[in-house]
Amino acid sequence: MLTSDYVPGDSAVHRARPLIKVGLLFVFCTWLFLQEGWLSLSVAGMALAALLAVARIPPRMVFAAVRPALWVLGLIFLAQLFLADWRFAGFVVLRFAVMILAASLLTLTTRTSDLVEAIEGALSQFLPQRSAEAISLALSLCLRFIPRVRDIFDEVKNAQRARGLGTSWRALVTPTIVRALKSADEIARAIVARSPGPADGPAMPDGRHVR
Amino acid sequence: MIQLEGVTVRKGDTLILDAISVTLTERRIGIIGANGSGKSTFARLLNGLERPTTGTVRVDGQPTDRKSPLGKVGFVFQNPDNQIVMPLVDEDLAFGLRKSGLSKFEIGARVRSHLDRFGLTHLSERRTHELSGGEKQLVALIGVLVMEPAIIVLDEPTTLLDLRNRRILVSFLDRLDQTLIVVSHDLELMASMDRLIWIDERRIRGDGDAGDIVRAYREAIATEPC
Amino acid sequence: MTNEKTRDIVLIALFAAIMAVLGVFPPITLPLVGVPITAQSLGVMLAGGILGARRGALAMVLFLVLVAAGLPLLSGGRGGFAVFLGPSGGFLVGWIVAAFVVGLMVERFWPRLGHVNAFAACVFGGIVVLYAIGIPWIAFAAEISIAQAFVGSMPFVPGDVIKAVIAATVIVTVARSYPVIVSR
Repeated sequence: MLTSDYVPGDSAVHRARPLIKVGLLFVFCTWLFLQEGWLSLSVAGMALAALLAVARIPPRMVFAAVRPALWVLGLIFLAQLFLADWRFAGFVVLRFAVMILAASLLTLTTRTSDLVEAIEGALSQFLPQRSAEAISLALSLCLRFIPRVRDIFDEVKNAQRARGLGTSWRALVTPTIVRALKSADEIARAIVARSPGPADGPAMPDGRHVR
Repeated sequence: MIQLEGVTVRKGDTLILDAISVTLTERRIGIIGANGSGKSTFARLLNGLERPTTGTVRVDGQPTDRKSPLGKVGFVFQNPDNQIVMPLVDEDLAFGLRKSGLSKFEIGARVRSHLDRFGLTHLSERRTHELSGGEKQLVALIGVLVMEPAIIVLDEPTTLLDLRNRRILVSFLDRLDQTLIVVSHDLELMASMDRLIWIDERRIRGDGDAGDIVRAYREAIATEPC
Repeated sequence: MTNEKTRDIVLIALFAAIMAVLGVFPPITLPLVGVPITAQSLGVMLAGGILGARRGALAMVLFLVLVAAGLPLLSGGRGGFAVFLGPSGGFLVGWIVAAFVVGLMVERFWPRLGHVNAFAACVFGGIVVLYAIGIPWIAFAAEISIAQAFVGSMPFVPGDVIKAVIAATVIVTVARSYPVIVSR
């Protein structure tokens, strides 16, 4: 569940720095909203198609990126059909599709770890180092917790089944959360125990190396 | 060397440990006692995770309330799931060293050398939640060892392990040069210690040769009314 | 890093993870209106109601950063920057404010927290405030009027009310058995 849709590659799009891609995406979408017209939409669409080709994204992945939004886009198309005409309805929906694809291009050509690292790097420019470290710790911890919370949830579910209790939402969520909170407090303690600061003595090379 | 002088711990109105004084100098010291006897709190006092309500804990002569003993005393928690912090094994092993002042390269080298030493190099890129229970316990232990503390406190290290993994862990412990302080119900492991301390009802009830204390402990439990 | 700060970070990460786990549950389709409801907005109410305003909102920020970075953590396996630019992007950003408001109200109610006022906090923060951010976003992005976007969003309300009932019970039970807000 933790794998993103990254498509490995070595194109110029893949190699561009993650933050530059995020910045360009922002500019691209703002521009699309400001320039309301078929001309700018076509230019944007063609530029996007060119980038998708350069990055060698298979058409299957392009479709997969838009698919989750299809039914909402369908609804919006119908609404606009009544409000305006089919041309405007098509414009609004196509603009959405182009933006969604542009954003997907970022995800498809950037490793999650690289993007997270870039976000951390950018934050450390603006924030004091302690805050940047805290954010970095929170990101890693969250990835560590996801499988842990699932395990706790499964254990609670099995225990309730073994006791012949139904699997109502309430009977599952409360014990899962209480156990997760206890585990979190224990992890907080372990983090403190495992984090001697420079002032706490050893942990630095001091000749007491394990042989 | 760790010294406790008249250490009392209270949580609210509950007395957890009552005026404990003891000096720990042996290389392998065991702590036994019933559930709720206060032995886990005792263990946590030793690296400053728990603070005494009254009395002093000294590590190498330094009172722990004035100078944190975290760098000198490593702590292995009972449940490795609550000790492993990072998503990947090598990231987790490097976790404690992130503020050590070592470079990324030096940290990586140190993590690798510790994995090598115990023949666990193959684990380095695994996801921590996919490890078996035994592997998790070993990763938790190595996460403490990379910090190269002089003293390691282990809280019930064998409780969650099957027989085979217990043997692997015990053989690991035998290979360590550090001073070990082990809290456990595992009487076989406890009998192999250089010294054993028996905590009962918030106080030290027995202290001395491991074989003698284990025998006294067994007798006391056997004669207790159920 | 102080112990209290470490604990905050751990709790924030925990609730971001709980959001991700809630995303794995398949959406339940309400029989009458035929709209899929997902478990994730339950997580928004729980984060605010259990952690309080500040930590609850930060848990949402952390979760959304991971989504934006490309992890498929939203229900149905969606993720990536694209979801923020889609029609429901306003609801995602609204989660941050919603968790904050639920938390703020639960903190206010704390000494006499019960099912009724916890439910009120969940409905106000997790539905009223959330829709107040999500609906204008749809209206702007889809070029429809606010009234139309409002009508279009109404089918989701019954599901959200059910979630507010569940969230309120969980918040009250956790407040009694393992309080996080008051122990600060």
